[in-house]
Amino acid sequence: MTNKDSKAASYPPPTPTAVSAPFWEAAQEERFVYQQCADCARAVFPPRAHCPHCWSQTLAWQESTGEGTIASFTVAHRPGHPAFAELAPFVLALIDVQDGFRLLSRLTQNPDAGLQVGDPVRLVWVASGDWKLPLFEPIPVDGGQ
Amino acid sequence: MSAGAIVGVGELAPQRYSAGVTTLSMLATAAIEATHDAGLSRGDIDGLLVGPQVGETPQHVPATVAEYLGLQPTMANVVDLGGATAAGMAWRAAAAIQAGMCQTVLCVLGNINERGRVPRSPNRNPIREFDVPFGASGANTSYAFLAQRHMARYGTTSAQLATAVVAQRENAQLNPKAIFHGTPLTVDDVLNSPFVVEPLRLLEIVMPCAGAAAFIVTSPERARDLRHRPVMISGAGEKITHRAMSQAPSLTSGPLKAAIASAYRQSGTGPADMDMLQLYDCYSIVIALTLEDAGVCPVGESGPWMVENDLTWRGPQPLNTHGGQLSFGQADLAGGMSHIVEAVHQLRHQAGERQIADARTALVTGNGATLSEATALVLQREDV
Repeated sequence: MTNKDSKAASYPPPTPTAVSAPFWEAAQEERFVYQQCADCARAVFPPRAHCPHCWSQTLAWQESTGEGTIASFTVAHRPGHPAFAELAPFVLALIDVQDGFRLLSRLTQNPDAGLQVGDPVRLVWVASGDWKLPLFEPIPVDGGQ
Repeated sequence: MSAGAIVGVGELAPQRYSAGVTTLSMLATAAIEATHDAGLSRGDIDGLLVGPQVGETPQHVPATVAEYLGLQPTMANVVDLGGATAAGMAWRAAAAIQAGMCQTVLCVLGNINERGRVPRSPNRNPIREFDVPFGASGANTSYAFLAQRHMARYGTTSAQLATAVVAQRENAQLNPKAIFHGTPLTVDDVLNSPFVVEPLRLLEIVMPCAGAAAFIVTSPERARDLRHRPVMISGAGEKITHRAMSQAPSLTSGPLKAAIASAYRQSGTGPADMDMLQLYDCYSIVIALTLEDAGVCPVGESGPWMVENDLTWRGPQPLNTHGGQLSFGQADLAGGMSHIVEAVHQLRHQAGERQIADARTALVTGNGATLSEATALVLQREDV
């Protein structure tokens, strides 16, 4: 991202549980995984021991495309957590991932870059302290790199 | 039809920071005022509903409050619905009375706000795991997502949202208890205040403060023998849908829609019957979304509607006549109770300079977390 991420060592880290550990273990290998219910086939995120749609206990980990669209976003000028104060302003977004789930993440995009709800985004792995986090970046309209 | 009546209210004036007081002492002040307002005494209270975040104790909260007040209730409970707690207490109190567990319930909320106080205890829920590491912490971010989405979908503008904030500030100028009493506000003031989380600015976001509030619920029959004209709980509704914003079923509507519909249905009323709207207002966007969820204006049209209608106490669409939490103050969970206290004052025709003419019916809403926990009440003067 930017050199401001040198502050990342002080960011609050993820707090995996016994159920969510596979997500974070995969993330450290730069694999973005989510659960899918074996009974109703719906995506489940964040990780759970039971499907919230049908209460099945049979959930299987799948690898996500990491592509999606911006459901909404905000430019955080005054973050709620003091560790992020020096990073501000930065963009937080709700991402509708193609695989059928929504998560909150940060965009690597400059806050002044004219983002819009509905813009397509793709996954980019960024180190934050000792962890790799799934952040997102806009996909240019021409599809180029 | 009513399952219960509100017969007493008490409320401390919110203060930005507290010092030298305890939460228990503030709760007690509000509770005693509400009990005396009802014309009751300590021995009449046999039910107790409290919030989960009393400064002095995270556990055994009802017992701690009961002991402090010298009460020995036959029904006590914690109601943990964030900003929706106060309205959620009202119907729970009435239901406990109907079930025969008690006759008269004290509902009380409040908290200290000490300068430099550290945040509450750490937790390990999915928000801590999946939101905070990315830089999203606290409610501001979530409400900004709602505002951005409403703007993108319906063309709602910051100036439109500011209009409702300004109308409430005007109401606060007639309320000496309001934390922003004596501080008028213009739309330009709101639009010139700094961004906190775009598109939301500082003056669209509620300011934490200290304080407490209480109300007393009893049966409709018993209520008629007390000091004031009873305020009947003629309809109630509640719905809880999610906790983390990423799990919200909708980004432009909330569970308030179902909760308000239930309150309308139980009371046999609709939006056109409301003489006032006392709507939970932690952020400007929540007012807009609630107006739509309440059917007061068409979906997507709250922006222009708020500009076209006079939302002050003197207009035909009075909104948050005490100033709302944005101008009266949000004293922790007591902020959500301020809407009930104001409705009771208005329905008793005791609202002083800001009294609405012939006020008979009020819609009160509560909103917890991020449009996650929703409660709604229709309150009516007994003679309706």
